[in-house]
Amino acid sequence: MLVEIRFHGRGGQGAVTAANLLANAAVREGKYAQAFPYFGAERRGAPVVAFARISDEPIQTHSRIEHPDIVVVLDPKLFELANVTEGLKKNGIVIANAKQKPDVGETFKVYCVDATSIAQSIGLVVSGWPVVNTVMLGAFAKATDLVKLESIIEAVREQFPGKIGDLNANAIMKAAESVREC
Amino acid sequence: MVVKTLTGNYAVAYAVKLARVNVVSAYPITPQTTIVEKLSEMIEKGELNARMIRVESEHSALAAVYGAASAGARAFTATSSHGLLYMHEVVWWAAGSRIPLVMAVVTRAIGPPWNIHVDHQDILDQRDSGWIIAVAQENQEVLDLTLQAFKISEDPRVYLPMMVGLDGFILSHTTAPVDIPDQELVDSWLPPRRQPYIIAPESEVVMGNIAPDEDHFMMRYSMAASMEAAKKVIEEVDKEYGEIFGRSYGGLVECYKCEDAEYFVVIMGSWAGDAKKAVDTLREQNIPVGVVRIRFVRPWPREKLLEILSGAKGVLVFDRAVSMGSTGILFSEVAQTLYPLNISLKGLVAGLAGVDVGPSRIEAEILKFIKQAEEGAIYTPTEWILPEKYAGRYPSSPKEVIAK
Repeated sequence: MLVEIRFHGRGGQGAVTAANLLANAAVREGKYAQAFPYFGAERRGAPVVAFARISDEPIQTHSRIEHPDIVVVLDPKLFELANVTEGLKKNGIVIANAKQKPDVGETFKVYCVDATSIAQSIGLVVSGWPVVNTVMLGAFAKATDLVKLESIIEAVREQFPGKIGDLNANAIMKAAESVREC
Repeated sequence: MVVKTLTGNYAVAYAVKLARVNVVSAYPITPQTTIVEKLSEMIEKGELNARMIRVESEHSALAAVYGAASAGARAFTATSSHGLLYMHEVVWWAAGSRIPLVMAVVTRAIGPPWNIHVDHQDILDQRDSGWIIAVAQENQEVLDLTLQAFKISEDPRVYLPMMVGLDGFILSHTTAPVDIPDQELVDSWLPPRRQPYIIAPESEVVMGNIAPDEDHFMMRYSMAASMEAAKKVIEEVDKEYGEIFGRSYGGLVECYKCEDAEYFVVIMGSWAGDAKKAVDTLREQNIPVGVVRIRFVRPWPREKLLEILSGAKGVLVFDRAVSMGSTGILFSEVAQTLYPLNISLKGLVAGLAGVDVGPSRIEAEILKFIKQAEEGAIYTPTEWILPEKYAGRYPSSPKEVIAK
């Protein structure tokens, strides 16, 4: 089974890193995965997207993802700034960094997690920006069951060892506890 | 053996490290930059005992590794697009001097207008230079080919430099699982550096002198003969690599679902994966089609293609590079190979500047081609698959534009 995922973030929020970490986590479980950025001229603050594919079989295709199964939205503002559900499959899943249900219509399954507050509450802040990408992966694992929480944490710890890894692991656990269908 | 999720660019860097390269030189250019970034990190951390030579341009980058390699070092550089074009003079020097060398080329469109996305115009622009030229489909193959490139290039039957192509962004910046071979295993498989001569202060060798016309002529002849010999070496290396590391790719070309195929897609690079997916779907409908993936453009796999394609009803070539005023570049190679066989033949130019061509589009083109061929043998050297935004507004053959 092939699952296609699109991440929406703002330049600097780590959408590309989130996609990479998700692929890393899936590969740890013996699955096949791919992660790639949208190859444009990204800049800090502007809306950006990144993609991931997870499959039980080797992934042959390299074309763009037009109809994702899941979208992950890293910034609440993006529900106004970008068309985050564009091409999303009819019964697709939205995983939102949001305090309450964003207005995306009624056809999608929507999960909410206040990733910004979680990051702030444990001091996961870099240059004034709450780090929400890894937090959202915790919510992703819990909401979709596509990868285990432990695999996400292992992937994150590989890239961010030591104290930063601990902080991230903590945030990921918190997100998994607090994510709700909304 | 350890499986990591790596970008195509990092896969190159890991292969270069495993080959225990002595000298690296490069000038940054998108989307190549992270290869040498990773290599400098490895050198800085002491994981790779190599010298990084910083230079002011790509021309100098290749000149630096060419010089180092002439002096006996295993050397590596990487570039892309305009960087490769800027190197072009030294590309010919390295090949003509018979200096084994490895270069990664992250394939990218050439401006203007400025574009950083994939096509094969840059690497195929080096086609006639005397370098062995290979192009990968996946990140794993990127690592394997880069490693193999050192063995192929340094084989005394070859002694020609080799470039390994990987599609810009589609592979270079996409992470995927990559199995990294054990260093000890690589060490026992890859022999110490070999080369035809070494330039050292005490050596009595002259480089770059004017030679008699007849000698120049015969050196070209010798390169052509080594290119022929390289075909065998490439097949050997692919086979032994499979035995030792567990992965073989078919040597000069990879054949996918070819056994009972009547129609074939010829394609090169990452979108060959999309072609395979299209073929999977068509096979479910009992349509006998296979994919011939060109892995090596030079030496051109003439004999192998004839073996695979001589019984074909039709061959459809996808090109991500065009020779202006003629056809797609792979098409002209395939056409001269298949002459004078009576096979339906069609060339499609598509995917330039990274314009996306997915499995469903490839599938539709195969079906269209088969229908045309079944109605009577066709020979269509060049049609263009226009981007969605322009399709229908312009004819698919540039010839018809003049007619209008």
